[in-house]
Amino acid sequence: MSSNRQAAASSPWRAPVLFAILAALFVLEGTVRNGMFSGSWNTSLAILNMGLISAITALGVNMQWGYAGLFNTGVVGFLAIGGLAPVLVSLPPVEGAWAAGGPRLILSLLVGLGTLALARIVYGRTRKVWTVALVLLVGLVAYRWLFDPAVTAIEANDPARTGNIGGLGLPILLSWLVGGAFAAAAAWAVGKVALGLRSDYLAIATLGIGEIIVAVMRNEDWLARGVKNIAAIPRPVPYETELQQNPAFADFAAGWGFGVAEASGIWVKLCYMSLFLVVLLVIILLAELALKSPWGRMMRAIRDNETAAEAMGKDVTARHLQVFVLGSAVIGVAGAMMITLDGLLAPTSFNPLRYTFLIWVMVIVGGSGNNWGSVLGAVLIWFLWIKAEVWGPNLIGVLVGPLPDGDIKAHLLGSAPHMRFIAMGLVLLMVLRFAPRGLVPEK
Amino acid sequence: MDILNALVAFLNFVFIPAAAYGAQLALGALGVTLIYAILRFSNFAHGDTMAFGTAITILVTWGLQSLGISLGPLPTALLALPFGIAATALLVLGTDRAVYRFYRAQKAAPIIFVMASVGVMFVMNGLTRLLIGVDEQRFDDGARFIIAVRDFREWSGLVEGLALRSTQALTVVVTVIVCAALFWFLNRTKSGKAMRAYSDNEDLALLSGIDPERVVRLTWIIAAGLMTIAGVLYGLDKSFRPFNYFQILLPIFAAAIVGGLGNPVGAIAGGFLVAFSEVAVTYPWVKVAGYLFPDWQPGGLLQLLGTEYKFAVSFVILIVVLLFRPTGLFRGKSV
Repeated sequence: MSSNRQAAASSPWRAPVLFAILAALFVLEGTVRNGMFSGSWNTSLAILNMGLISAITALGVNMQWGYAGLFNTGVVGFLAIGGLAPVLVSLPPVEGAWAAGGPRLILSLLVGLGTLALARIVYGRTRKVWTVALVLLVGLVAYRWLFDPAVTAIEANDPARTGNIGGLGLPILLSWLVGGAFAAAAAWAVGKVALGLRSDYLAIATLGIGEIIVAVMRNEDWLARGVKNIAAIPRPVPYETELQQNPAFADFAAGWGFGVAEASGIWVKLCYMSLFLVVLLVIILLAELALKSPWGRMMRAIRDNETAAEAMGKDVTARHLQVFVLGSAVIGVAGAMMITLDGLLAPTSFNPLRYTFLIWVMVIVGGSGNNWGSVLGAVLIWFLWIKAEVWGPNLIGVLVGPLPDGDIKAHLLGSAPHMRFIAMGLVLLMVLRFAPRGLVPEK
Repeated sequence: MDILNALVAFLNFVFIPAAAYGAQLALGALGVTLIYAILRFSNFAHGDTMAFGTAITILVTWGLQSLGISLGPLPTALLALPFGIAATALLVLGTDRAVYRFYRAQKAAPIIFVMASVGVMFVMNGLTRLLIGVDEQRFDDGARFIIAVRDFREWSGLVEGLALRSTQALTVVVTVIVCAALFWFLNRTKSGKAMRAYSDNEDLALLSGIDPERVVRLTWIIAAGLMTIAGVLYGLDKSFRPFNYFQILLPIFAAAIVGGLGNPVGAIAGGFLVAFSEVAVTYPWVKVAGYLFPDWQPGGLLQLLGTEYKFAVSFVILIVVLLFRPTGLFRGKSV
């Protein structure tokens, strides 16, 4: 890793040119209508908005990987737990849910956490495994005794419509911060255990926590209705229908030459885009400031040579934990933003290939260690990932054109969507091997 | 107290499924641990390579079935297995040549290998989807049961039935044979000794004239065999769905780490430990308790954790081992 960090500086024009090309792609998507592009600003902006969220996720991953060399394979879990925040913070309270079992539920969770803390203290004092096991067993029984009736009561509360604990009815933008805090807490728990051991262990432990968080969200109906999904999450921007009924907006749309339905979609997406851009720029600003500070120099020193940094008196494990929690918090914010944009929390949609490993492709392609590179890689890869859905079948159609009609041709045409995975894997392998510093290398 | 019925229920719902699952995990963990011992990285592509090998085996099985070839009471997949292993071996040798060898020559950090294996995972995943799609496939044929529930009830006169599916018995038998062969190879043959020497001390092995590339090739071929066998047995026992093979990665890693990464005996022990804990924690014990204590009316199912959370069990085992004994129960490679 260290050998390619200090390679010759690349042209200062490289990043601006690449960003300009990226912008041109989105303009083409918005204006040109042919076999490759849709010619719809709504599509173009929808891709861009999700690309910006991917960019924030990639920034979080880049903090962990680029600054510290930590391999987080549970990105999907941190996104999902961040996505829980809009539901718990911003949804209106569910009538009767709190009365049904709220206090008992909170108490049970406190007992659960208290048991873990107590077990730790007992182990620290006595070092006797059997005492700890006894503490855990008693704690578990108490927890289940409190937890199970509370959950049954909450889930029995109008299960067709709600059956969950409900939210606090606070502003949705606040939930973005809460999402970051949720993810940070989860990251702290994993990092405390898995950091300081060999580097693969963190990768395996985060793989586990990612799957568990998604499993919890899928199965705990009292939390966010599980696979029954939560729809109608409040929005920070106006609704399309409101805009369409507003005569002033209709005039405004006509002035730009758009139909009112199309214009309302574009307007909403532009509002989201501005919000996301603000968050993205604030995070980049903070990240860049941190990276240029003594703290950032220390982080890079640790990354490039842990032994030397340790010999200089730096607490490597503590710094790793710090940056791991910070990066995960950024991923959690992105998760909350994603659920806000979708207006829907569907736990079944959290797929590790799409939400963990695709993010990794973005970071590696963009240039690990470089924040602007991560942003570029994220938006670019997301654009290609979406467009590959259209381009792949077209390409395969051209390639298998000369083949005689039959089973093989049909199979190849049908399997075009799977080509995306092969293509992304190849992109990752190629970049890792031939351009390990990515599109926009670290300075 | 009805100890016999309780025992039969325990065997039927806990012991037999856990033994079969443990055998599959053990084979998977052996592959992970071998690759770790020789190539020194955790192979994230393991699950998807298992899926690829199984997919090839399934395709060949279908081919054989359409030709009317079968193994009588045994599943036809056993006959197709060598083809699956050969194809997987070729594929992993190709990946090693195209991907990993470069980083080996560079002496890259282990985490770079892990990253590369993620790229390989994507490609393997895509290849499997391309070959066989994402849907569930069943490919077991031959005799279904060695002991069927009704026969057992008639024979024993007990209320509780016992079923032993042929795939479960087959899994355990094949695993025993494969492990015996592997340990014979590692301990008795020259190549096996070379592999162990390389794993213990790379430089010393090089000085003794061991060809590292040959050791690496051998490792990949053995690992391909283990992966395909584990994947096919898992698919026969449950069913084949590519995504399940990605998810089984976590229990496999947990098994390998619990046993001590790089330690083959540990991998086998870890596989069974993880499988038995998983089944024991997610099994509703109310039935067994009902036979043992007929007067006791428990309020719930006596299930510690829902089956949806079986991955949490391997995770907790992993965490406990990392906290208290990071090198694993059987002292694997250094931390």
